[in-house]
Amino acid sequence: MFWACLHYPRLALEALHSDVPVDRPHAIVDGPQQRRHVVLANAAAGKAGVRAQQPLASAQLLCPRLAVTPRDESAERHALASLADHAYRYSADVSIAPPDTLFLEVGASLKLFGGWPALERRIRADIDRLGYTCVLAAAPTATAARVFTACRSTIALPALAQLPLALEAAPIVAGGFEAKTIATLYGMGMRTLGDLFRLPRAELARRIGQRALDHLDRMRGLVAETLPRWQPPPRYARRIEFGYGIDSHGALVFPLQRLVREFAQFLAARDGGVQRFILELGHERDALTRIEVGLLAPQRDAASLLELARARLERVELVAPVHALALRADDLPPLCPLHRDLFETNRHEQFDWPALVERLRARLGDAALQGLACVADHRPDRASRFVPLGARPPAPTAAPAARPFWLLQRPLPLRGRPARVLAGPERIESGWWDEHDQRRDYYIIETRDGQRAWAFIATGCAPDRDAPWTLQGWFA
Amino acid sequence: MFTTNLSEPVSSTGDYPLFAPTVVPAAPRAAAATPPRRDETALADVLRHPGIWRRGTAKAPRSDALPTGIADLDALLPGGGWPRGALSEILVAQDGLGECSLLLPALATLTQARKRVVLVAPPYAPYAPALAAAGVDLAQLVHIDASATDTHWTAEQCLRAGCCGAVLNWLPRSDYRQLRRLQLAAETGGTFGFVFRPLSAAHEASPAALRLRLEPGAMEPRLEIIKCRGRFGEQAHALGLRA
Repeated sequence: MFWACLHYPRLALEALHSDVPVDRPHAIVDGPQQRRHVVLANAAAGKAGVRAQQPLASAQLLCPRLAVTPRDESAERHALASLADHAYRYSADVSIAPPDTLFLEVGASLKLFGGWPALERRIRADIDRLGYTCVLAAAPTATAARVFTACRSTIALPALAQLPLALEAAPIVAGGFEAKTIATLYGMGMRTLGDLFRLPRAELARRIGQRALDHLDRMRGLVAETLPRWQPPPRYARRIEFGYGIDSHGALVFPLQRLVREFAQFLAARDGGVQRFILELGHERDALTRIEVGLLAPQRDAASLLELARARLERVELVAPVHALALRADDLPPLCPLHRDLFETNRHEQFDWPALVERLRARLGDAALQGLACVADHRPDRASRFVPLGARPPAPTAAPAARPFWLLQRPLPLRGRPARVLAGPERIESGWWDEHDQRRDYYIIETRDGQRAWAFIATGCAPDRDAPWTLQGWFA
Repeated sequence: MFTTNLSEPVSSTGDYPLFAPTVVPAAPRAAAATPPRRDETALADVLRHPGIWRRGTAKAPRSDALPTGIADLDALLPGGGWPRGALSEILVAQDGLGECSLLLPALATLTQARKRVVLVAPPYAPYAPALAAAGVDLAQLVHIDASATDTHWTAEQCLRAGCCGAVLNWLPRSDYRQLRRLQLAAETGGTFGFVFRPLSAAHEASPAALRLRLEPGAMEPRLEIIKCRGRFGEQAHALGLRA
């Protein structure tokens, strides 16, 4: 086991996204109304002498310009969960230790990321990009890694045998004991963990209790640790707010790109795909435009997701300036990638077709692609109909006679007179039961331009030159 | 006479490949009567270059073609049918001359082999019973509704993807550049591309591998090959349909 401990010492401040300028003294306070104390102070307040655990009254005395914000534990929990989300891409074994610490088992990921130095660089770059301060240390046990971060040490110690030696110099307060235990140990004259390691076990157990002793054993790897494993949530939602209204599609592409890329990373991290997600354009006064993006099969490739989302977005008319863009996905099915043939025999037909359909549907609309099916009806305009793509049409029945390639959905009066009647009549008389009664004599005719047409006249009329011919289709 | 067969012949008219006048005598009698001159053997060396093929002797390097179902037409086409991975242009004077029926045997073959056939923005609704009667498997047929501005894009996507057997396009207005894109897309995807255009486009240049003109005749429509890649020297062919 090789545990990385990510300790966020300034999480209470950084989770808030407050609008207090950085150079103004700022403190987070907690505690009952009458006895507030400082939890965390920023650098400017620290310079003025404001410290954690200080009563608020003294802090305000030291620094009259101090901006005070009450602690928001739910914001911290959210921030920590989102950080765990990011950490999940580096390890499947992530554990949250509230209020401000994450543990990652990275021993299994080292090879993938090219060793600890490379992995550490990536994690640090990731956290910097998110705008958090982090102390990062790694050790064979999570408890020991936490001790190192409490000492503000960024050590990475892979060997369990060297652990007691490395821990010896750490002060008791960094050991992660309860306050009462620390007070007892201080009373006994203990200052470092090394002092504790040297004491006989039985004596120590009598003074600090079995729990603290177990903690010490876990720290040195003598007893196995059990950490709660964090599970990523089964849904995804991100929102980008703009400080101004955007009223062109082009300007929305950049934030969309960011949203989709983050989303794809999230999907890759949890080895899932997405089949349906929603883009929400937020306008003023909480008005929303929702754009649904549906896919034929779960996917997670950033480029193709972006292409589809963008095509859908560009089809939507922006009714008002957009102030926020959000991406939501409530259902994240597992991804089962199609296997490609090693010897590329069939041009990946089964693989490319869904992608092509999605691309076309995104630009042309969902209803643009249709299949064609025969219907068992004698009336020509009902014998053929469009069906949704992929629907299995019933087996066609044999047509009784020649039928044209093109059918006019609405029959037109024939312009001019037919030059020749080639075949007919074929009487079609049907539909008396559903109010669309048809009684027609169909002929195949040739026009003066040499076109072959399928035309009809009402039953009872002779197919002569003066009959009221109506054009039904072309033998194209 | 020789030419390189590396790319589309550049032609000012577009309809006929443009070549230099005959320089090599094709008649073997003349060669037998006089001993070969020095410059002729030098030319023979040049002609052995794999990138050069001689008109009349060499077969077009077409890998495969799809029989049209009309024996007379197949005999005139170099591969014996519609060229794969290329555009075939059908120029029609008006609807109802049998221009789509021309393709039906090929479409039936393709769909029965479980290849998709895509109709991009046809001018009318295709009639399922007619297609089914011609042997087209309707399950493989896809009808795409695209506005005039999206037609070229859709056609190009379908041709390029390589997962469609054939793509049928109706392009009343398109220029050389757009057709060139479609031709390249068809080459990339190895797809049969069919383009229906009005007869007025016959005099325009076109990058299509095969151009057919369909006109009403005295008794039956006349089909004329006005351009065919891989076949030179003969006059335009005309044959009657619907005997």
